Amino acid sequence: MTTLTTPPRVSGGQHEHGHLEELRTDPIGLLHRVHAECGPVGSFDLAGRTVVVLSSAEANEWYFRTPDGVLDQAAAYPFMKPIFGEGVVFDAPPERRSEMLRSTALRGDQMVGHAEVIAAEVERAVADWDGPRDIDLLDFFAELTIYTSSACLVGKKFREQLDGRFAALYHDLEKGTDALAFVDPYAPIESFRRRDEARLEIVKLVEAIMADRGPYTEEDRDLLDVLMSVKEKDGSPRFIADEITGMFISMMFAGHHTTSGTAAWTLIELLRDPDTLAMVVAEIDGLFADGGSVSFQALREIPILDACIKEALRLHPPLILLLRVAQEDLEVGGFTIGKGELVAATPAVSNRMPEAFPDPDLFDPMRYLDPRNEDRNNPWLWIPFGGGKHRCVGASFAQMQLKAIFLVLLRQFTFSMNQPSDSYRDDVSKMVIQLQQPCSMSVTPRVHS
Amino acid sequence: MRRIVVDEDLCQGHAMCQLEAPDVFSVPKRGVVEVIGGVTDGNLEAVRLAVRHCPTGALQVEED
Repeated sequence: MTTLTTPPRVSGGQHEHGHLEELRTDPIGLLHRVHAECGPVGSFDLAGRTVVVLSSAEANEWYFRTPDGVLDQAAAYPFMKPIFGEGVVFDAPPERRSEMLRSTALRGDQMVGHAEVIAAEVERAVADWDGPRDIDLLDFFAELTIYTSSACLVGKKFREQLDGRFAALYHDLEKGTDALAFVDPYAPIESFRRRDEARLEIVKLVEAIMADRGPYTEEDRDLLDVLMSVKEKDGSPRFIADEITGMFISMMFAGHHTTSGTAAWTLIELLRDPDTLAMVVAEIDGLFADGGSVSFQALREIPILDACIKEALRLHPPLILLLRVAQEDLEVGGFTIGKGELVAATPAVSNRMPEAFPDPDLFDPMRYLDPRNEDRNNPWLWIPFGGGKHRCVGASFAQMQLKAIFLVLLRQFTFSMNQPSDSYRDDVSKMVIQLQQPCSMSVTPRVHS
Repeated sequence: MRRIVVDEDLCQGHAMCQLEAPDVFSVPKRGVVEVIGGVTDGNLEAVRLAVRHCPTGALQVEED
């Protein structure tokens, strides 16, 4: 008979809230230390709650195959509720959530239309780049992905009513994800105050758009028209602006900072590796030599570009920590997990396991080509999109979008760094990780013969 | 003989397989993929693409 014990606890965490301070300042360092000191099942103390941290293929497979009713997402993300509002997404029961995830907007047969919309948005974003200029990577990609996600998920009419203000306010929402929310999501700190102000401002913008809406036709109808047309029995509107805003914020959230950050990191890593960049540019030029639109190409395999995006995702996963709450007493890898404890998968650590990814810190896109196929061969360690039933439902959409972005950018422009290479890094002080500013690049139009 | 194996824990209903090989895979609006046809020499290439492009890696072709 084997005796089960609780997972080993990582060193440190002598503060009032255990390892919370370290999670707020160096979360990736903390997660790597849990793995180094404790092995594949370890733990840290998050303000009096145990977080069990998993980092092996076996433990991850168990995690991703365990159903919602046993490992639940709902209570795991307290920092999202003030952003989404009451009654949105994480408050819904598991059955309702899986139904929403299957929303037809992300099915394969919708991708052709999305690709056309995205290609047009990228072309529009660079339409006035007729000479050399500097761009800030975070500002540029964050605004672009507000337009692409709103156009694809809500509709083109709604997107046309957005401008840079919406993107700036949305950024304040994302910065309002301090892990202090595990203690108090409304603690009196600057980032939470700005988060709540930004949400009110976004509701006002949506209210103004709603006030402006007249009758719609079958052709130009978008999701906002549909939601506004739903009535109560007495004929009054079913949804107020606050609720509709919450739905839109939550629909756009998962695909926004994630795609924006991955676009920036793909570009940064390519500029750090000129040989690979030259291969990608040649690959893209070859595609355009064959003819075909950006939207058509973005849906096809583009092996080297695909591999570069995967490698940027492996080294810089937009979500470093995936959380669930144990709904009952559990065991994994010989250790016990108590009901109510948090359980975490760790893309930041799992994606760099040397047994799966030799030379794990090296940007090496060739690891995805035949015969190495390191992503396919390690489905429970290559987890930038998570895994199992909860695997990111927008993964295909995201990869298509990133391809469309680079097809346009690398075909039409050359980029160079305006700062030392190692000064491009993430700001990891919030649960939503974003590129630290400044992150400036210079852009020059290419001359095609 | 070739046989299609579906890992139902993994299928999320993206329906990419249905785009590649509509005579073999059907994905309802709710629920997981249904295998509606067998693997033949004629559709083998399409089935291989479906397996390759499944976003969740839920499909495999087993050769007996």
